[in-house]
Amino acid sequence: MRIDPEKCVACGNCLPICPVGAIHIDPDIGRAVVNEDGCVECFACFRGMSKEHLNPVMVRTIRQIAKFFRFRFDPEPDICPTDAIVPQELTWPRIVRRVFSDPQVPHESTGIHGRGTAEVKTNDVTNRVKEGEAGFVVEFGRPGVGARFRDVQQVTTALADCSVEFEKNNPVTSLMIDPSRGLIREDILNEKILSAIVEIKTRLGQVPLILKKIRDLSRAVDTVISVGVSTRCDAAGNDALHEILEREGYPMYRGKTNLGLGRITTQ
Amino acid sequence: MTNTLHRYSEHYAFERTSNPEPIKDDYIVFAMASRGLNDDNLVEKYRSFLQLALKHKPVNMGDATKGGILRPRQDMNPTAHWRRDHSPDPEQVIAGIEGHTTVAAVFDNYEAMRAFVAELECAQLGISINISAPMDDARRCCEETGITRHSVEYSIGFCGRVDKLPDGTTLELSTMCGHGMVSANFARKMIDWVKENRRSPQEAARYLARFCICGVFNIHRAEGIIKQAGTLKR
Repeated sequence: MRIDPEKCVACGNCLPICPVGAIHIDPDIGRAVVNEDGCVECFACFRGMSKEHLNPVMVRTIRQIAKFFRFRFDPEPDICPTDAIVPQELTWPRIVRRVFSDPQVPHESTGIHGRGTAEVKTNDVTNRVKEGEAGFVVEFGRPGVGARFRDVQQVTTALADCSVEFEKNNPVTSLMIDPSRGLIREDILNEKILSAIVEIKTRLGQVPLILKKIRDLSRAVDTVISVGVSTRCDAAGNDALHEILEREGYPMYRGKTNLGLGRITTQ
Repeated sequence: MTNTLHRYSEHYAFERTSNPEPIKDDYIVFAMASRGLNDDNLVEKYRSFLQLALKHKPVNMGDATKGGILRPRQDMNPTAHWRRDHSPDPEQVIAGIEGHTTVAAVFDNYEAMRAFVAELECAQLGISINISAPMDDARRCCEETGITRHSVEYSIGFCGRVDKLPDGTTLELSTMCGHGMVSANFARKMIDWVKENRRSPQEAARYLARFCICGVFNIHRAEGIIKQAGTLKR
């Protein structure tokens, strides 16, 4: 993403909008500038801000007059007045940033928007996680910190040593050159993204070990990791995971419940 | 997508408070089809979901490919700085459904969520329906509507460089957009603007909601959080 210096009036509205804080006003030129290495191409600034399409020269003049008289003007905080935010054409490997950061871009490997994962949201139809199994979602960079694929690889290689099964229908797995070792393709290791989800599956009995492993690994990465764990309920709607998590002292306050109302309706 | 899985509250605090208040105003029901399995007549199914939701007065609802009931505008004019239209447009969400997406409805009370789920059970749309909520409330809802839980997913919280995270109140606001589109810095700015009496909590919540691309941002809950933070009660 780029901010056009011809159009930018340095109103500062876009600075706090950026989820990873990649925009600042450059004092040398008096314009907002995007830090290219920090930007994850999430399009929050371009898509999320409302637009006024005003003439930049007119706006700058008004702002200079207001500044001279020390007038404080409270513009609407979610508007870019002059269409100054301009998406750039992205090529590989930078385009991977947008795929993993812009929730409106569907992941090619799964066809799903957002983080590109189905997890147990469609388990009533896909039967991906069965009774006695545990599905993990290990999300890097969330909330709002961002992550680089080298941090993701640090965890995936260690998890591969625990003989976990990486979900095949997953955007991160699709970028692995060797899923048996958790190795991600080298040309994207430095690319920064808003978040990426690694999905793995194990037996329920391994849940404490895997959760502890993830927590231990999280100390070695330069990002935040959010963890979710799922399972199939039994015929009465009870889940064995609850007792395991309670025993291990993990929070269990919030989560998702699949109601089992999905049906296969196509051939 | 773990869109709504990790909505922050005191229940995840790293040194947990001994008795955090239960969350009683944040319930999301969402629907998702699977390619090649139940995506026939998808537009009709998703629109039916949203139309049923509308009967129960959701505080937000959305289509993950387009947005919620409050969206950014491409046609602002300068009068907006004095008179901004914050009217929600749920019909835009329904009319905009075109195909594969996830649709969601957010409720600020348990009874509305339960009534909606009961209607969904009767409607038998055939697409996967999930509740994102405190687990006990989701379980109770299933029991009261005669639904047997199929699968569950627990949010375990955050680990790693948690020192990079903002304060809890800011997190409560920014994590309401699971895709990270509501920036923590913008949430903090809105809290500060309310403290300075530059905007009302209602306006501040609506500015934030426009950035949430899938409409799961709980506008009503955000108002309450911002109001409390703005008056130093949080």
